[in-house]
Amino acid sequence: MNSPLIALESISKSFAEKNILQNVSMTVNRGEITTIIGPNGAGKSSLVRVILGLITPDQGNIKRSKDLVIGYMPQKIHIDPTLPISTCRFLQLANTSHDACHKALDLVGIPEVKNTPFHKLSGGEMQRALLARAILRQPNLLVLDEPVQGVDFNGQNALYGLIGEIRSSLNCGIVMVSHDLHLVMSATDHVICLNHHICCQGKPEQVTQDPAYLDIFGETALYNHHHNHQHSLQGKVSDDGGNHQHGEGCQHD
Amino acid sequence: MAVIINMGKGANMIDFLIYALLAGLGVALVAGPLGCFVVWRRMAYFGDTLAHSALLGVSLGVLLNVDLGIAVTAVCLLMALGLVALDHQGVLALDTLLGILSHSSLAAGLVVISLLSDVRVDLMSLLFGDLLSVTKADLWVIYSGAGIAILLLATLWKSLISITVEPELAAVEGVKVARVRTALMVITALVIAIAMKIVGVLLITALLIIPAATARRISATPESMAMVASLVAMLAVVSGLGASWYIDTPAGPSIVISATLAFCLSLGLKQKG
Repeated sequence: MNSPLIALESISKSFAEKNILQNVSMTVNRGEITTIIGPNGAGKSSLVRVILGLITPDQGNIKRSKDLVIGYMPQKIHIDPTLPISTCRFLQLANTSHDACHKALDLVGIPEVKNTPFHKLSGGEMQRALLARAILRQPNLLVLDEPVQGVDFNGQNALYGLIGEIRSSLNCGIVMVSHDLHLVMSATDHVICLNHHICCQGKPEQVTQDPAYLDIFGETALYNHHHNHQHSLQGKVSDDGGNHQHGEGCQHD
Repeated sequence: MAVIINMGKGANMIDFLIYALLAGLGVALVAGPLGCFVVWRRMAYFGDTLAHSALLGVSLGVLLNVDLGIAVTAVCLLMALGLVALDHQGVLALDTLLGILSHSSLAAGLVVISLLSDVRVDLMSLLFGDLLSVTKADLWVIYSGAGIAILLLATLWKSLISITVEPELAAVEGVKVARVRTALMVITALVIAIAMKIVGVLLITALLIIPAATARRISATPESMAMVASLVAMLAVVSGLGASWYIDTPAGPSIVISATLAFCLSLGLKQKG
């Protein structure tokens, strides 16, 4: 029960001679929310695809728990309007039970759209419908790629709340990709700051004070997070004794 | 005496017509659901490319003295699998690749046919179909081909819908995406090979996409769209053949025109779903 759901060991992957992932190791445990943050093009989506088994890494090992069932919520989805498919039918692609689909829609708070054509859902409804499909196979690992994209601020908070509830009710591990740590601070247990390699990782409050994090997120990070320390002129933070871990191959101090 | 001969001739003509009708209906039946995938997955150009390569299949079949049905199916299949492989390489955008293969195989087919001076090949019937020359043997080929295609489509239906909606989600949920996608290509090649006799290589894609596009207006589920598309295609076959019989128009193009008329009429209906 305590074995990790999935463990990545020294994963590397390059596309067209460009190193997208370098020496990335991470584990995901049951009941734990891990958030991957990093700038655009940092390899977040590639890392997610490695976890999902959609791309095979060039180097490294992946250990999956034998009972691993993954529920995946893609960043966005485009369904050609020539394909007539109701939201309920869309969910049934994951689980043929009508009842289960209705319950999932209830859980994510959009029971009224079950007969609505999928391509007519609003941005927020679509995110919720995708989340409903992800939980329909009773997964023990949920992988959410930018789950709140295109959702307004209040909707984002509601969605993160919902994700937290789902974690408790399914007791599943969650891997989430996000641009912005501050929104997910309260909802995450572990943060991985990725820029091709793992720059730093740890609890959210440790990571936000990590020089590597500040280097990447720079100004935004400085202005958005709660200051409980002094910045030097370079944007570095004086060491407050936080025990963050640097990833292997990290060059900075 | 004269009366008997006339009756005999009349019965023969009815045979022709019944064979033509049965052949057309068989192809229309499978063109419905397959055409839906062509529309949903935006494969119209892909269908065109395979259809054009069918002409190359005919000319190679004549050149090598191989059964034409086998030659056409083989060339279509090779073209389909070759396209899958080339698309994976990602050297060129898919539509550029399709454009190159589509037109060069059409041109190569025409050139090879012109070089076969000792064989008379009816180019018009290859390009636009020759429904009225369908024989009993053709019917067997058409119905076995259509039967296999429908069986495969039915077996793979859920997976096919799933990879059409979102391939990565389908893969995470355990669908063998590459295998299902290849199967769809093979089915398309098979249907094109049997549809060639009916509407010819230049009009096959029309028989696939026009009924499906017509069905979209009045369908709220993928299944109803597939079934309505089959019905529209069958209706087009019946009315096209009727036109061919009464006003002596070429059968293949008349079928396509009938389908187009149905599509125009459907535009007046309110879009469902």
